[in-house]
Amino acid sequence: MSTTIAQRPQLSGQPSDLVGARLPRWAPIAVGALAVALALGIRFALGWTGWGTAFFTAAALFVIILTGWSFSVEGVRRAKDRLASTLIYACFVAAVVPLVLILSYIAIRGIPAFSVDFFSHSMNGVTSRREGGGLYHALIGTLEIVAIAAVIALPIGIFTAIYLVEYGRGKFAKAVTFFVDVMTGVPSIVAGLFVYTFLLLGFGARPFGAAGAIALAILMVPVAVRSSEEMLKLVPRDLREASYALGVPKWRTILKVVLPTALSGLITSALLAVARVAGETAPLILLTGYASSINFNPFSGDQATLPMMVWDQLGKRSGTGTSDLTEARAWGAALTLVLLVLILNIVARLLARLAQPKTK
Amino acid sequence: MSTDGDNTRRNLRVGSDPDAALERAAAEHGTAATEAAASRLAERAAHHESATDTLTPPPADGDRHADTGATGGGTGISGQSVRLGDRVFKGLAAGSGGILLVVMAAIAIFLVWKSIPAFTDNEGNLFTTQSWNPQGTPPIFGVAALLFGTLVSAVIAMVIGVPIAIGIALFISIYARRRAATALGAIVDLLAAVPSLVFGMWGLYFLIPNTQGFQKWLNDYFGWIPLFNNATATTAAQYGKSLLIAGIVLAIMIIPIVSAVCREVFLQTPRETIDAAWALGATRWEMIRTAVLPFGRAGMISASMLGLGRALGETIAVALVLNSGFRINWHLTEPGGDTFASTIALKFGEAGGNPVAVAALVLAGLFLFVITLIVNSIARMIIARRKEFTA
Amino acid sequence: MAKSIDVDNLNVYYGDFLAVEGASINIAPRTVTAFIGPSGCGKSTFLRTLNRMHEVIPGGRVEGKVLLDGEDLYGPGVDPVNVRRTVGMVFQKANPFPTMSIYDNVIAGYKIAGSRKNKREFDDIVERSLKGANLWEEVKSRLQRPGAGLSGGQQQRLCIARAIAVEPSVLLMDEPCSALDPISTLAIEDLISELKVNYTIVIVTHNMQQAARVSDRTAFFNLAGVGQPGRMIEYDETAKIFSNPTQKATEDYISGRFG
Repeated sequence: MSTTIAQRPQLSGQPSDLVGARLPRWAPIAVGALAVALALGIRFALGWTGWGTAFFTAAALFVIILTGWSFSVEGVRRAKDRLASTLIYACFVAAVVPLVLILSYIAIRGIPAFSVDFFSHSMNGVTSRREGGGLYHALIGTLEIVAIAAVIALPIGIFTAIYLVEYGRGKFAKAVTFFVDVMTGVPSIVAGLFVYTFLLLGFGARPFGAAGAIALAILMVPVAVRSSEEMLKLVPRDLREASYALGVPKWRTILKVVLPTALSGLITSALLAVARVAGETAPLILLTGYASSINFNPFSGDQATLPMMVWDQLGKRSGTGTSDLTEARAWGAALTLVLLVLILNIVARLLARLAQPKTK
Repeated sequence: MSTDGDNTRRNLRVGSDPDAALERAAAEHGTAATEAAASRLAERAAHHESATDTLTPPPADGDRHADTGATGGGTGISGQSVRLGDRVFKGLAAGSGGILLVVMAAIAIFLVWKSIPAFTDNEGNLFTTQSWNPQGTPPIFGVAALLFGTLVSAVIAMVIGVPIAIGIALFISIYARRRAATALGAIVDLLAAVPSLVFGMWGLYFLIPNTQGFQKWLNDYFGWIPLFNNATATTAAQYGKSLLIAGIVLAIMIIPIVSAVCREVFLQTPRETIDAAWALGATRWEMIRTAVLPFGRAGMISASMLGLGRALGETIAVALVLNSGFRINWHLTEPGGDTFASTIALKFGEAGGNPVAVAALVLAGLFLFVITLIVNSIARMIIARRKEFTA
Repeated sequence: MAKSIDVDNLNVYYGDFLAVEGASINIAPRTVTAFIGPSGCGKSTFLRTLNRMHEVIPGGRVEGKVLLDGEDLYGPGVDPVNVRRTVGMVFQKANPFPTMSIYDNVIAGYKIAGSRKNKREFDDIVERSLKGANLWEEVKSRLQRPGAGLSGGQQQRLCIARAIAVEPSVLLMDEPCSALDPISTLAIEDLISELKVNYTIVIVTHNMQQAARVSDRTAFFNLAGVGQPGRMIEYDETAKIFSNPTQKATEDYISGRFG
């Protein structure tokens, strides 16, 4: 393989350096089988009890044997290629497995908690040692707080995106772009801490639901700006020009042409932004407090949310047998939260797909 | 699909800004002229802006600065009301952008202002004290352990997560067939949306019990490396919450984000560059190394920084799998370890109304804010420098 | 060095779509052969099968034989990586590696293969290849600058230098001048007639004058209609194709009466 073309003897009609020795097509399968067999053998020979170690041994053996074989037959370049391919496939497996594990684990732990009562009752008066109770109060709180956050953040986000796409020139636009980036990186707990110092400490207020909504809005704005920006940029220039050519002023063009064209895309980005913050826990710990009873008013008094209910129930587990009750409720609430976020995401992506033919 | 990826793509572009020059010129004239003339000039510049807008190349190419030229003119005929409408609308749009700047400034100001008591009343050394007792008399606390825990857990997450994320991105963008790639990409995007609380719970209930054997194995065979040495546990069951586990949970959390961005960047590799590598007789890996990875370097860095930022600031997932200890401990599998974010969440309850304790937590938030700010700025600088070289 | 190419009844598919049907051609060493024809007639596709570049596109495959000095490129055990080493290619759009310097671009073929040569050997290769591509005088003072900073015509010559640096037997050119101005085009055409001394050259072009200027033999491709496979209509001495073609379709195309 290392022969350079320059030193190649001038042969004709004979198999020459076009032909490279290759492993047979079944080589990976054969090596895989061999590696599994060897790993099983080692497992019994050494008396390992777990399967994890055997699995990793098999994987390591597979990589070593295949690369070694390839090196001896196909040369160093092909061996490197095979090693890289194997590792890239392995990365995929190594990541998808835990991620799938996580989702199925929540489902397995969460589904047993589901019942009609679970969705229609609050935790009012339910102690950690008692059965029953539900997430109704938390669901109300999450929906209200996220809705308020969306009402605050989405107009700001979309208008900022309009500014950046349609007007954005000069230093101010650059500053806005930069700070949108910076804001994307602000940890959620810092946003919560800011609202705490500003609103609760500053005005001496007690925790209340809308305070959490403001923190969520701070987290939501940069996401909304970014994705709305992309959507607005997808609107073809011709449409804008056609409108200008008719003598329509710019702001009406934006309002009547650009925004309606990008509408489904904007809804998608709004839903994604909402989904992004719906599961946030950290700022709520500081801002909304937690009430086990139903509180419909987000502007007064402690209010429960799904993440806070999980946090509360996890905090109340005692480690003894009775902790099963709180754990089950925590998993049930967590699963509900995941479902909520996933549904938002899936709806958003379906909408995006529906919107695509129009823009492309 | 992924807007994160699109951001990166845009960041990679270069923009020249002829209109900025125009505005500058208008401003210069304005200072020399009378006030009336100045306002007329500004107005013409505004018109000019809207006129150039119509000539801007398709916005889809992500470069909103690349103006082609101007023909002047504008919307003059329709009169004052139109200009008013435009001005109001532009004002609204710019005002929204302004709110963002105000909020960012407010965050910085309030964090600094409200953490002042933590500087003045602290009896310990802020940077070297390994303890957190701000409600005591006298209050003694320091950020050394928090800084250590935050950085170490984030570094573990990066070391594990970034290579795997890049591997997944390569798999989806280059190895997998197109239809499979779309489906896999969608799954990864969905996983990026799973709330962090859930990752933490999974870490606590699934990962810790299932990695006790692994942690013990690390100690048994690699205990001679101080990082993996554990003097506190003798049986597997005694292993549990540790910085290592926090790092692993964080790694799993950042993988979807990092790989989503990397995937978008890799998909942007010009067809011609890939063909060039193939035509020179590259194997697939050699093609990736010559064409895809160099092209995507800036994108990979910014994706990693995005992941790092998330790992540094993650609160709940980390709080669930760490045992608070407030001391620097290099033995990664031993219990103990704190991060800025987890400390704020865990110590908030007991801080109560104690002003110094609250100030100490705000101080932790300030540190976190500054660190993430630095990380973000570094990422942007790397990308900017990269841009100059390739352009 | 230069090798002959013999193609016998080759069908090219992308998935189920038959892109080129029944192409046969014999190309002598040290000649320039031009492929002409309307857009979408399969000439570029056919060109890519000569170094198995079509396999890079998902679903690309062929039926038939391509013989390089009598050796089948699609024979058992033939490694496309080695094929592409022996049959170099230059593309329509100049594609120097954007992150590499001019120097590194020229030796990219060696770097990719992990070849261990010392600095002096590489210096020699770079100088020889750049001289071979008529680019040395223009860039010798700035070899460490990015390759993407050159003009379009220089970039294309850099790509030619990169292709000949690994000393292939055949050089395929896929519309190498279609993105260039007339002066750069002329430079490339001059270069082609110089390179002919050492290489077998196959060039796809939209420009019939160019085909007439540079090539010894010309093949005309056409397709019956949209969705139909492309076919090689006529293959003959360039002078004959342009003065007295046997096929009506060729004559129509040459004289601009096409379509």
